[in-house]
Order: sequence, then structure tokens, then C-alpha cells
Amino acid sequence: MRGYAGKFLDIDLSCGEIRERKFPDRVLEDYVGGRGLATRILWNRLGKRWEAVDPLGPENILLMLSGPLTGYFPGTKICVSGKSPQCNGVVGSTVAGEFGVDLKCAGHDGLIITGRAERPCYITVFDDQVEIKDASSIWGKQARETVRYLTRQSIDEIKAKRPRYGEVREPSILYIGPAGEHATRVAVVLAKYAHAAGYGGYGGVMGSKNLKAVVTKGFGPLPDVHNPKSVAAMYKTMSAKGFEREQFRRWGTGNGGYYFGAGTSSEPIRNWQEEWHDVEAYIGDEFDKFWVKKYWGDFGCPVTCLKLAVLRSGKYEGAICDNPDYELQSYDGTNLGVFDPEVNIHLAQVVNEMGLCGIQGGAVLGLAGELYQRGILTKDDLEGIELEWGNPDAFEALMNLVVNRQGIGDILAQGVYRAALRIGEMKGVDLTQYVVQEKGMAIGGHGIRSEKDFISNHIGYACSVQGGDHGSQARFPPNGEGGELSAILHDSAVYCMFAKSVDNEQVFRFYTAITGWKQTAEEWYSKKALRILQLQRTMLLLGGPDVTWRPKTDDDNPPRFWEPLPSGPYKGKALDRASFEKARADYYLAVGWDDNGVPTPETLSTLGLSSVNTKLKAAGFRE
Amino acid sequence: MSQQSQIWIDRNYVVCSGCRRCEIACSMFHEKRIWPEASRVRVFMFVPGIEIPHLCFQCDNPRCVEACPEGALSVDEETKAIRVDDSLCTACSLCIDACPGRVPHLHPDGSHVVICDLCGGDPECVKACQEGKWNALTLSRQGDESLTKQSPETPQDLTRQTGTLILGDTTLREVWDQ
Repeated sequence: MRGYAGKFLDIDLSCGEIRERKFPDRVLEDYVGGRGLATRILWNRLGKRWEAVDPLGPENILLMLSGPLTGYFPGTKICVSGKSPQCNGVVGSTVAGEFGVDLKCAGHDGLIITGRAERPCYITVFDDQVEIKDASSIWGKQARETVRYLTRQSIDEIKAKRPRYGEVREPSILYIGPAGEHATRVAVVLAKYAHAAGYGGYGGVMGSKNLKAVVTKGFGPLPDVHNPKSVAAMYKTMSAKGFEREQFRRWGTGNGGYYFGAGTSSEPIRNWQEEWHDVEAYIGDEFDKFWVKKYWGDFGCPVTCLKLAVLRSGKYEGAICDNPDYELQSYDGTNLGVFDPEVNIHLAQVVNEMGLCGIQGGAVLGLAGELYQRGILTKDDLEGIELEWGNPDAFEALMNLVVNRQGIGDILAQGVYRAALRIGEMKGVDLTQYVVQEKGMAIGGHGIRSEKDFISNHIGYACSVQGGDHGSQARFPPNGEGGELSAILHDSAVYCMFAKSVDNEQVFRFYTAITGWKQTAEEWYSKKALRILQLQRTMLLLGGPDVTWRPKTDDDNPPRFWEPLPSGPYKGKALDRASFEKARADYYLAVGWDDNGVPTPETLSTLGLSSVNTKLKAAGFRE
Repeated sequence: MSQQSQIWIDRNYVVCSGCRRCEIACSMFHEKRIWPEASRVRVFMFVPGIEIPHLCFQCDNPRCVEACPEGALSVDEETKAIRVDDSLCTACSLCIDACPGRVPHLHPDGSHVVICDLCGGDPECVKACQEGKWNALTLSRQGDESLTKQSPETPQDLTRQTGTLILGDTTLREVWDQ
């Protein structure tokens, strides 16, 4: 078993028990790591009673898993997972930083965290010493204060253990802000200040477990690889490809706030009422003025597409964030009617400090904005806030209510889908037409009607096993680059898909050089990735306990996407129902699902998933 | 082979991307594997965004050499880099305390100290930084007009200076427990 540290930590926060766990080679061969292995662990441990498992209850399992490519691949991530409080299925949610490297150098491939601590706690993994510690002094603290405290505390502790070592470096930290502590469904798991495992809502899962942070530092090497020479050579060629991407290196996604509006008409504006704008004040150059580092990245990255933005003067002096990246430029900018880089940087920083999801949080604020615009929500409903588009103070005030779950904020903290149901009930109106979401998750900031976005796929969100995740789009045909079976590769081998500058064929070769396990494209698409997809699909369909998805009926685009685009050069463009249905049917067939979108008994038996078939039958998914 | 002039590794901390590819390059060269803590250059990040690649400053009169009671440290005649004789080093750490920049650190296995040896005159970390066009690490050669040798400083001092440049004094104090 090469490329793996070989053991996982199984930590029960209810009783404080910490155990080492190993998986047989065949499990790692089939499920790889990260998203794939998460899916397998969750199915084995919770599958039988999936519908009853409350994602925000102690019975949920929180996973932080690296993969065999983590650390060696130029561009590093760690995968966070569990039963998602957004879609009630499984989301593999990755976040950049050194955490995966430190964890592997400490001798562990991942953490499996169960139960619920009695009091706020955090976990430290310093090589083979694993402890659960009291977090009362940082519970309630925002991002900066949390990082400040844990960095200092950990360095002091490591120094005490290694008095003669010399200067000790900071550990890697995954943590939550107040949005996570209050177990909202719109909270992220943070790294550094602005890196986040966003989709899935695992910040709330961490908070529900009373877990503030996991801190790790490893002094060992990365695990041995099967063919060191070939790994080194491929690292070099893959990196060289990354260096060549000059445009992406220069801008990252930091010109997106203008480009996806003016260029491709696919940007969320005032809760997706429009997707086009041409406000030049929102162009990359105007953000660039605040970038104090124009190339910023994490362990091993040849691309360093992030930019460090700092406001050094003005009303919002002291704000720090990355870029902001496109998703926050849109969801916490244009989606709220904000077209001012400085204000956007400020709002992005507030979002990060709170541990709120830039996408889910920005989406639910935008929804409230439209309901206010339409007079459905009033000033009285909003604790006196006059929620006018483009007013940062108003949106920030509402954000505070969401994070602290006060007043209307408690409803909005459930995310766009659940909030729309609840407010609709209260007001006696159907609000679903105003919600742009997929399976309980606000979709990424990439509309599909203009067909000009890099995500121009009509079934991309509708048929994804990760709902609104724009990084895990379904696509017909499913095999090859760019579809969801590719996303499963990135998130299971666990590396950065933004830094990936080569095709999957080279990734398979790299995987083989590291693990020593032969991997063909054919086997990946027809067996391993497909197996992981079936498990994710099954748990998504089982859902519960609060909401479930109807197969096929809910594999659809948000109602708003069926209306013609209202403005811009692609005004009038709409999706075609017949071609959508054909693509969906083709996709179902290609991935082994029946006409209704349920994995067939034949598919499951071919993939060795008979337990899934039994469960689907028992749950009433078979005629 | 022509006579090589002495080289120094210059650092420009404000442009360090934090990619740590210097650590990968260094540990691949010296340890034949990726081993961040065994790297002779270590990127300190007490504050996210303030990344400090920290490695030997190549002093003219290296106090680490003077401080070593075992005679394990010496100055390489050709490159002027500090050489560590692992077989003599007892990992006593006196060289670390003697270094004004507190640069040396123990190999994580605890057996000896590690210090940048300039990879024999063609440092891997500099190549790694330059191929990606970050240029946080560059080379100066003896006789270069622009040569300004940097004096040794601790990661804390460098974080203070770089952090003040990037964030300003007030914000830095807010985010870093010095």
C-alpha cells in the first residue's frame, strides 16, 4: 500500500475514545480516498438507517480524508464529508491548504469523527499523539482570533515536546466560525482565513459535534511511493503544464465578477433576476488594486491562482481575504446588488470571519433581498432591516441574524430551499419560483441559459449527485474529462482540480506510479467511479429526515432557469425542455439508472453493491 | 571547470506565494523524498498570507561554526556554505542558539542538525522558485553590482517586518500573537 500513511483515526467525541483504524487494500483500491472512501464509510456505517440519521445529530459521521495523491500532486487539498445537512446525501467537499500533507506526515490518512462532545473541544494530531482538548476559550470566536490562538497554543506545545528542535512552525488547522458553531446549514469548514470546504454544509456538522477545530502537525516524510523516479518526473511535467497557464495564473478567478456577467451572461445578479451586467468598476483590474500578493497558493501548487486582498485604508481598513474568488465576487457582490470591489472585499471578509458559506450564505441573503423587493418579507419580518439591493450595512446586519440564528435569521440559516418552504408556509405563497437551488443547495454562480459559461450543461446541476456543486457536474456522455466521474477522481485521489493542468490519463499514470496499483481509464469510468456514483446517488435519494428528493421529478433545473434570460446580449435565450429530457434520459441509461433515475438491480449487482439494491427495495424505490 | 564565484540566496518575502515548492525541491534533493520538516528551507506562516522562506543567511563569520563543541560544522571552501558532518553532530542545538536568525533546526529524526548547503552550488530551492516565476528566492554572485547581503533574522522578526508591509501594523497585531 504505497502513497498512504496506512492508518486512519477513529474518534468518538461522545466518550472521548480515540482508535486507529486500517482499511484492507481492496477497499482503498476500490474507493481510493476522500470522496470515494467517505461514501463507502458512510454507507457501511449509516446506510441501513440513512433516512433517520439527522445530519446535525451526534449519529452523523464527520470525515476529513486525504487521498493517495495528496501531497505528491502539484496542488493539495483535503476532503471533508459526512451526511450533508443541505442535500441529506453525501458531498465530497474539498479545501486547499497544508492540512492533508501535515496529516500524512503525522502518519494518518484521515479522521473519522463520530458522536458529540459534551463541551466545546478541538482535536490535536501531533504525529502519533492525538488529543481532545477544551475549546472554551475560542468557542464563539471568529476566524482570525481562532487561527491566532490555535497557532500560538500549538507552537508552544510542540516546542515543549521538542525543546532542542529549533524554531517550530505553525500547524495546519481546519476550523469553524460562529456560523458553524450555531449548526446552521450554511456554514463552511475553514482553513487559513478564506479557504473553505463549502458545499455540503460541514461547518454546521462540526458545530453540532461541539468541535471547533482540528489541528495537525507532522514531522515525518510523506509516505513511500511505488516508483519514486517516475513520480518525480511526472511531478515536473505536470508542474510545467501549470506554469504555462499564464492567464489563469495572473487572474485566477478574480476577473470573474465582470467576465461572467459582461462576457457570458451567467452571473447571479439580485438573486438571479438577471445574469448580465457590464459594470466596468467590477473588472479584475479594479480588484487588482487591492491585491498585495498577486500569486498566492498552497503546498506544491504551480499555479497559485489565489490573490491576497487587503484593504489598507478607508471605511473597511483591515479586511483580508483571497481575491475574493469569483463565487464570492458574485454571491456576496452582484447577487446582493453590490458592484463595488471594496465593498465586496469587505463582505467576503465578513463571510469568512463568520465561517459562513460564501455561496449558500450569499444565496440566502439574495433570496431575502428579492422577497423584500416583492413585499413578501417586510421590514417588520426582518427585525427592522430595510433590505435594499446594494446596501452592505443592511445585508451585513441580516448576515449577523443568520449566523446567530436570531429572528428571521433562524429560518434563513436553513439555506435557500428550506427557508423558501418555511417562509412560503408563513406567508401562504409558493416561493419555489424564486429559489435557484438543486437538492437543497444553492447552485454555483454559473448560469446555464446563455450556454456561454464553461458550465453550459443543461443536466449538469439537475443530475449531479452533489446537487448545486458546480465542481461536480453531471454530463452526457459521462466518461472522459469534465463530467461527474472526473470530479470523483479529483475528490477521491484528493488534489486540486484548479491546479490540475493535465488530462485524466496522466492522473491515472501518476496514481499508478504512486500506489503501484494499475489504473486504466476504462476501469475507472466503468467500475470504480461508477460504483462511488451509485452509492452517492442512493444516499441522495434516501435523504431525510427533514426533506427528500423525488427521483426524476427533482432532477430538474430551478424554475427560474426555464424562463428566458431577461437582459443582455443573450436576452430571450431559454432552455429547451425536450432536449433537456433527452439528455437526462441518455444520462440515466449511461450510468445504469432506470427511466426514473434509480440505479437498476443489474447495475448494482455488476458493481458488487447488492446491499444497496436490498435497501432501495426496502425503501420503496422498486415497483 | 571554471572558477565559480561565491553565491548567496536572496529573499524577497512579500512575493512568496506560499507554494512551498522550495521545501519539496530541497527535501527531494537531500532526502530523496518529500519531507517538509527535513527541508533546509522552511516556509514559516505564523499568519496566513505572510509566508517566510527561512534558510541559512551565509554569514561572513558564522557563529554556528564557532559554537559547535564537536567540530561538526565547517565552511565549505568552494561554496562558502555551512557543512554539517552528521557523524560528528550530537544534536546539542548550541548552533541554533548561536545563530542570530535561529535558522538551523534538527532533522526530524533528531539525530543531527540540518543547514542549507547550497546543494553544492546550484540550489534546488532557487530553481523551484524561479521556474514558477515567483522569484522570492534568487541568486546573487560575488561581484554583482546589486549585491546587498541580507543579515540573519528570526522568522518572528521577518514576519513582523513583512507583516507590517503587507497588512499594516495595527492589523498585524490583531492577527498575530507574537
